[in-house]
Amino acid sequence: MAKATITFEDINVTVTVPAGTRVIEVSEKVGSAITYGCREGDCGTCIMKITDGWNNLSEPSVLEDKVLRENMAGKHNRLACQAQVLGGKISVKPV
Amino acid sequence: MNAVELENAAGTPKAVALTKRVHWIGALDSNLRTFDIILKTANGTTYNAYVIRGSEGVAVIDTVKEGFASDFFARFESVANYSEIKVIVLNHLEPDHTGALPELMRRAPQAQLFISQKAQSMLKGLLKQEELRFTPVLTGNSVSLGDRTLQFLHTPYLHWPDTQCTFSPEEQILFSGDVFGCHFCDNRLFNDKVGDFRFSFEYYYSYIMRPFKSYVLSALELIEPLTISMIAPAHGPILRDRPQRYIQRYRQRSSPSLHSELSENQKTLLIFYISSYGNTRRMAEAIYNGAMQVADVRVSLYDLEGGEVAPFVDLIEEADGIILGTPTINGDAVKPIWDLLSSLAVVNLKTKLGGVFGSYGWTGEGVRMVEDRLRGLKLRVPISGLRVKLIPTDEEILECEAFGLELAKELMGLRGAREINFEDL
Repeated sequence: MAKATITFEDINVTVTVPAGTRVIEVSEKVGSAITYGCREGDCGTCIMKITDGWNNLSEPSVLEDKVLRENMAGKHNRLACQAQVLGGKISVKPV
Repeated sequence: MNAVELENAAGTPKAVALTKRVHWIGALDSNLRTFDIILKTANGTTYNAYVIRGSEGVAVIDTVKEGFASDFFARFESVANYSEIKVIVLNHLEPDHTGALPELMRRAPQAQLFISQKAQSMLKGLLKQEELRFTPVLTGNSVSLGDRTLQFLHTPYLHWPDTQCTFSPEEQILFSGDVFGCHFCDNRLFNDKVGDFRFSFEYYYSYIMRPFKSYVLSALELIEPLTISMIAPAHGPILRDRPQRYIQRYRQRSSPSLHSELSENQKTLLIFYISSYGNTRRMAEAIYNGAMQVADVRVSLYDLEGGEVAPFVDLIEEADGIILGTPTINGDAVKPIWDLLSSLAVVNLKTKLGGVFGSYGWTGEGVRMVEDRLRGLKLRVPISGLRVKLIPTDEEILECEAFGLELAKELMGLRGAREINFEDL
């Protein structure tokens, strides 16, 4: 199975994951401070900053784009409950 | 005259003038005793709404709880006609301020509705009207009523994501929404006329604004430079006598108090425990000893049995990390731990470090349950909880020390990079 890595900068932890894993599936288990609300892409609580590997993530859905806009998310911000790592390396941190 | 005249001779509610151009058109709810489940009020509350008249139309700022709509409309009608309404502003979408909105928009279909950027999805959720037209606004946006202007201040999370303030520079009035408000009902309306409401002001801050201190400080950056003669909040007295005092009080209460004792590099770590036979206490002491080995960590050890919850909540609010020790009794963590954890919703815990430990006799679920709760409270819990069956051995005491040491290192960012496989999580 294709692998990818997610680095959580706030706790200095890198996790090797199967390609296609959503950030939410990992971040709580390793204790990163990315926090979650609804967990279904609606509330904007889990906005995170992608510091590296932006292009290795799945494209945001129309709904995610809308939530990011409504929450005035900055450049290279994504919802951790929605974003999937498709391969390669990404680095993230809480906003 | 002490009382504000709230009714005309026919007993119809009427508007109350703040200035020649600005009127209060809200409602008094003297029977309310519990607000939003979490707040008590000993004499009710007010739902404050306002109307401001410019040379080119009037604006209505906020409405009232649905059951009080008739008072709101009667008061409005005593100072303006619906056809004159050019603008409706909602500073906050909670139902106690939007209850009369659908009917108001029906009566004034020409009015343009202004809400904050973050209010958009909430408005649909609250009013269930897909076709409602509105204009989302941010700091820097304004709307003109001719010789009066309304400027919008983006002040989110005070106390919902959608909250904003609206300022009239010509009137020097800040329509602040729930900020600077309180649940206090007195028909004299103005802070220089009503009874002593200071406790209500403080209490409201403690339960409504306190979890959002960093957002309060950001909002104050926008509010403090304004020339304000009067604060017109959405609940409680209108603050026309020395309004700056209330702004200063918000700054005071939102600024950390403990930092002055610490050097910039130091971090605080609190260990709370409760113990029936001394086993969890021995673990706590060993964890304390371990954490003390890391420079610049200010470690404190507290027995929950020896204190009230409220001061512990104050301590936790300003700490960088907390470690909780609980035995497991009948398959659960013990009540004093849950009492503490259920009292933390009034403070911001986001990104604080958490850890859990405890001795157990049979099953030891308590530690995992408290870990889950800490994650739910948005703490990071990077090191798995430590459990010891009954009396800790010398070896287990060393494990406790190592646990404290690692948590203290984590707090100071000294643990170094780690690599983990997904399957091992």
